[in-house]
Amino acid sequence: MTALNPLQLLGVDHLLDDEEKAIQETVRRFVDDQVRPHVAEWYEHELDADTVRQLAREAGKLGLLGMHLEGYGCAGTNAVSYGLACLELEAGDSGVRSLVSVQGSLAMFAIWKFGSEEQKQRWLPGMASGELIGCFGLTEPDFGSNPSAMRTRARRDGSDWVLDGTKMWITNGTVSDVAIVWAQTDDGIRGFVVPTDTPGFSAPSISKKLSLRASVTSELVLDGVRLPADAVLPEASGLRGPLSCLNEARFGIVFGAVGAARDCLHATLEYARDREVFGKPLSSFQLTQAKLADMTLELQKGFLLAMHLGRLKDDERLDPRQVSMGKLNNVREALGIARECRTILAASGITLEYPVLRHANNLESVLTYEGTSEIHQLVIGQALTGESAFA
Amino acid sequence: MKIVVLVKHVPDAAADRTFHEADHTTDRVGVDGILSELDEYAVEEALKLAGSESGEVIALTMGPEGSADAIKRALQMGADSGVHVVDDALHGSDALATSHVLAEAIGKIGEVDLVLTGMASTDGGMSVVPAMLAERLGFAHIGFVGEMSVDGGTVRARRDSDVTETVEAATPAIVSVTDQINEPRYPSFKGIMAAKKKPVESWSLADLGVAAEQVGLDAAWSQVQSVTKRPERTQGEVVTDDGDGGIKLAEFLASRKFI
Repeated sequence: MTALNPLQLLGVDHLLDDEEKAIQETVRRFVDDQVRPHVAEWYEHELDADTVRQLAREAGKLGLLGMHLEGYGCAGTNAVSYGLACLELEAGDSGVRSLVSVQGSLAMFAIWKFGSEEQKQRWLPGMASGELIGCFGLTEPDFGSNPSAMRTRARRDGSDWVLDGTKMWITNGTVSDVAIVWAQTDDGIRGFVVPTDTPGFSAPSISKKLSLRASVTSELVLDGVRLPADAVLPEASGLRGPLSCLNEARFGIVFGAVGAARDCLHATLEYARDREVFGKPLSSFQLTQAKLADMTLELQKGFLLAMHLGRLKDDERLDPRQVSMGKLNNVREALGIARECRTILAASGITLEYPVLRHANNLESVLTYEGTSEIHQLVIGQALTGESAFA
Repeated sequence: MKIVVLVKHVPDAAADRTFHEADHTTDRVGVDGILSELDEYAVEEALKLAGSESGEVIALTMGPEGSADAIKRALQMGADSGVHVVDDALHGSDALATSHVLAEAIGKIGEVDLVLTGMASTDGGMSVVPAMLAERLGFAHIGFVGEMSVDGGTVRARRDSDVTETVEAATPAIVSVTDQINEPRYPSFKGIMAAKKKPVESWSLADLGVAAEQVGLDAAWSQVQSVTKRPERTQGEVVTDDGDGGIKLAEFLASRKFI
């Protein structure tokens, strides 16, 4: 067994305390019981709303939703534990991790960090238990990496707010009870807590995806959505609000990508051991071993990087640029590992019998969302040179 | 209602399990251990019963230092406190000695209404400790229970064996439960974090008034003389269907007395 666990070659378990291990183990069991047996089916036929609701409730029971937030029914774990949970979830599927990331780190975090006491009381306990699902609307059809130019607008009408615009690529949108929507106002960008049953709000789902098929992706259409004055998030103004939420979610991805890569490598090690080519196991060929060794190196480096960032975050010393380094490296390397694993699995690798191409396809989305690789390169470039090269 | 649930720390069946060379006892120190999976059902049932009657659940184990992990797991699932009987002299204890020590420990815990156990440990697998314990404590004993309820001072239980019986006993009682009784919960994150702050007491043999010579390998009624590793599993027999596949399968099953 030891020879098969690519994450234990460096003994990285010793970096975790008992509580962190217990949380990781619990999520691993959750994924083994509730995700792994169904994920190929979800991927083949796309995830339906009932399944998402069921999954959210199960995740809520465990304490996964908003697990790193304090109070309002949230578990209040440390950041490393949250990262490890993301790692195990994404070892199941990036789409399932996305459900939890968006709920906890984007929708719940926005309310928890920038909401009024009334907003927190109204939404957070139900979202923590998984009874209520949230989404986060920042990206628009024409504005991804440059959200400051967004077209969605909130205008005052008496004391009410009226929202018009379209948001795109919104995880959980169609199944959400509440949407955090960012919009231009006369005072800059503000966030709004939008109950999805408000007249004028609709969230058609985006189909024909080749990636994140075990996740609901939607468009949000806001057509004269009228909200009371207290729908605005009082503590957020300007882009700093949504960007700090994204930084939370991105932190989870740094760990999550390691999980997807680990799952690929696990499947590949087993396959290479059992598969015979030219009369001997595929794992006994030098080229196979070279690939396995290189992938294991990158996997472990990625995990160490994630752990380092996790410890910094728990020390409250984590800089967003460091998260950019983590996301850029770990998603890029995870995608590389998934593709390399596919070459070892050869034709079998393209099926849903094995997880590798599913993970690779998912990671194409992960590479882009929460800050594209190119944007993270520019963030790091700016930190190094002092020159902003974004536009 | 006060419930003691017996938990055992056993070597993880997923890892290599070994015996000590010197005395052929199970190696419990150098291996990864877990809470015996069958005990999780007992913990779950205790939590359900205690939850509906605002009761108290105490996880009790006996074993070397590392076996406190079994208690920790029970606490993470939701038990209120733990007792760990740990003493070097316990090494190699058989079921008789184990039941003696656990009976003393339960006596020291005080008035209890129920003692819940799994149907067997996943390492020793003897299933005799609950009955021995009942005899020593003078408690009623219901074994292999697939469904149970407690009403006032009465335990009502469905016992599954060759026949299915519904039986009743007055508390205090010892009930061993099967894996049919419930679906053990995962420890929630809140449970995991709360477990750290729950009290766990360590008791030695002296604390229980048990003499060292009454327990351990030297006092055991039987000792293992030798250990042989099970032969590697061989490749299964492949039956090719040339029109008589069904007959061949039936013959094979008959030869193994399955049919």
